[in-house]
Amino acid sequence: MADKVLMKGNEAMAEAAIMAGCRHYLGYPITPQTEIAAYMSKRMPKVGGTFLQAESEISAINMVIGVASAGKRAMTSSSSPGISLKGEGLSYLAGCDLPAFVVNVQRGGPGLGGIQPSQADYFQATRGTSHGDYHMIVLAPNSVQEMVNLTFQGFDMADKYRMTVMLLADGTMGQMMEPVSLDMGEVKSYDKPWAVTGTNCEREHNIVNSLFLKPELLEKKNFERFEKYNYIEENEALYEEYLMDDAEVCIVAYGISARIAKNAIDAARAKGIKVGMFRPITLWPFPKKEIRAIADKVNSFISVELSMGQLIEDVKLYTECTKPVYLCNRTGGMIMTPEEVLQKIEEAVGGNK
Amino acid sequence: MTTTNMLIAGFGGQGILFTGKFLAYEGLLEGREVSWLPSYGPEMRGGTANCSVILSDIPVGSPIVSNPDTLLVMNLPSLDKYEDATVAGGKIFVDSALIGRKVNRTDVEAYYIPATKLASDEGLTGLANMILLGFVIKHTNVIPFENIERALQKVVPASKQHLIESNRKALELGYNYAE
Repeated sequence: MADKVLMKGNEAMAEAAIMAGCRHYLGYPITPQTEIAAYMSKRMPKVGGTFLQAESEISAINMVIGVASAGKRAMTSSSSPGISLKGEGLSYLAGCDLPAFVVNVQRGGPGLGGIQPSQADYFQATRGTSHGDYHMIVLAPNSVQEMVNLTFQGFDMADKYRMTVMLLADGTMGQMMEPVSLDMGEVKSYDKPWAVTGTNCEREHNIVNSLFLKPELLEKKNFERFEKYNYIEENEALYEEYLMDDAEVCIVAYGISARIAKNAIDAARAKGIKVGMFRPITLWPFPKKEIRAIADKVNSFISVELSMGQLIEDVKLYTECTKPVYLCNRTGGMIMTPEEVLQKIEEAVGGNK
Repeated sequence: MTTTNMLIAGFGGQGILFTGKFLAYEGLLEGREVSWLPSYGPEMRGGTANCSVILSDIPVGSPIVSNPDTLLVMNLPSLDKYEDATVAGGKIFVDSALIGRKVNRTDVEAYYIPATKLASDEGLTGLANMILLGFVIKHTNVIPFENIERALQKVVPASKQHLIESNRKALELGYNYAE
């Protein structure tokens, strides 16, 4: 307890990135994640790193491709519209099998949308964000402490699997302050024999590339990549359960929605309603097996999300539509109250849709 | 088990967010569960500002205070907006130098202090927020008054240590104010 500090989610995650060995931050400001860039601009020079405000989001993500190609840990951060701009680069990172860490502190959309918290980029994040067959590992923190822990862990996963890890937060996670421990432990380092670091005329050139004009070869590359994805789906899914032992109704929620849902669950429990929560921490890989097992025990699910019904599609998919799934949502930067969630729980118990 | 769900609201520039931070730091020093969530965006630049602060003995669920048990208001729009949201039996603290009307609700406790006027009378311009907070500490059990010094040491940045003295004076002024 003594070593906890009070920090904003955006600043705490930026510090965690530095602790994870990231020395290259390439970004472009946008609310509600600008504190990340501001923090990095102060800290990076002090730890011998690079802070660079690019001329655009597209430029920043391509600089990440450059740093990652050289085998160094790099990150960029943005909010929803800015992530869309980075989409092309994210696909190239996947095509090149490069490790990278990308933060999306979501705001309301579509278009320029608003600046208030949102979870409307769920499809965008879990379906790869851009063109081609690929995935990113998507981590969804629900506290400042998880902003930190998942950032530290995310850099490790990126190197381990040579792929992009996205921290999918939202305006509240970025802006709120909570006590947080920055005690992260050792950084694990990975050999990167593929990195373009100069040959010294002693080895063949390394080439980092996503262009494969022979379809046979491109298909083979994609098959290999999906073997890796299958392994990750089997081994890296993270989740948390809350009061699920005797639950008859299961709320599924991530990030800020899970925090609000927790209040509603406590209120419902006080009324004797058996409700619990399944909180995916990795949105990709989604904890499929675990939620499928829950479907055999509960009567119904409620997807609580700040979007027009995106998470709910995965709930239906991975529970194989075996139980009714209700939706409790707000959007556009509006946030549901615990009372709204409680009302939905009572409707679900009553069997009303 | 005690939990304080506080909402602090006023104009940008009144130190609304700082007031919340002060409490959050003291909560941290007490080893309690704490969350602090500001409004952000264009309203911070001269418009309305508010922040949610929760101090609790159990882990904080939602960090958003939509129904405060303790409401601090430093302008009329904030009182208009949040008066009805306050829980029955809650406490509303009003800077009566800036807000001409009384609290309409009869199922809450209303407290009035002309914090902004006191601040300018006492040469503490800009510290009406801390005067109001001292008054709040007097009439609630949110934090013990004797802990204000360590919280100030924590929340005031090293480069601005000269401000501790005036902040302490402001807190004391509010704490000792007799309605």
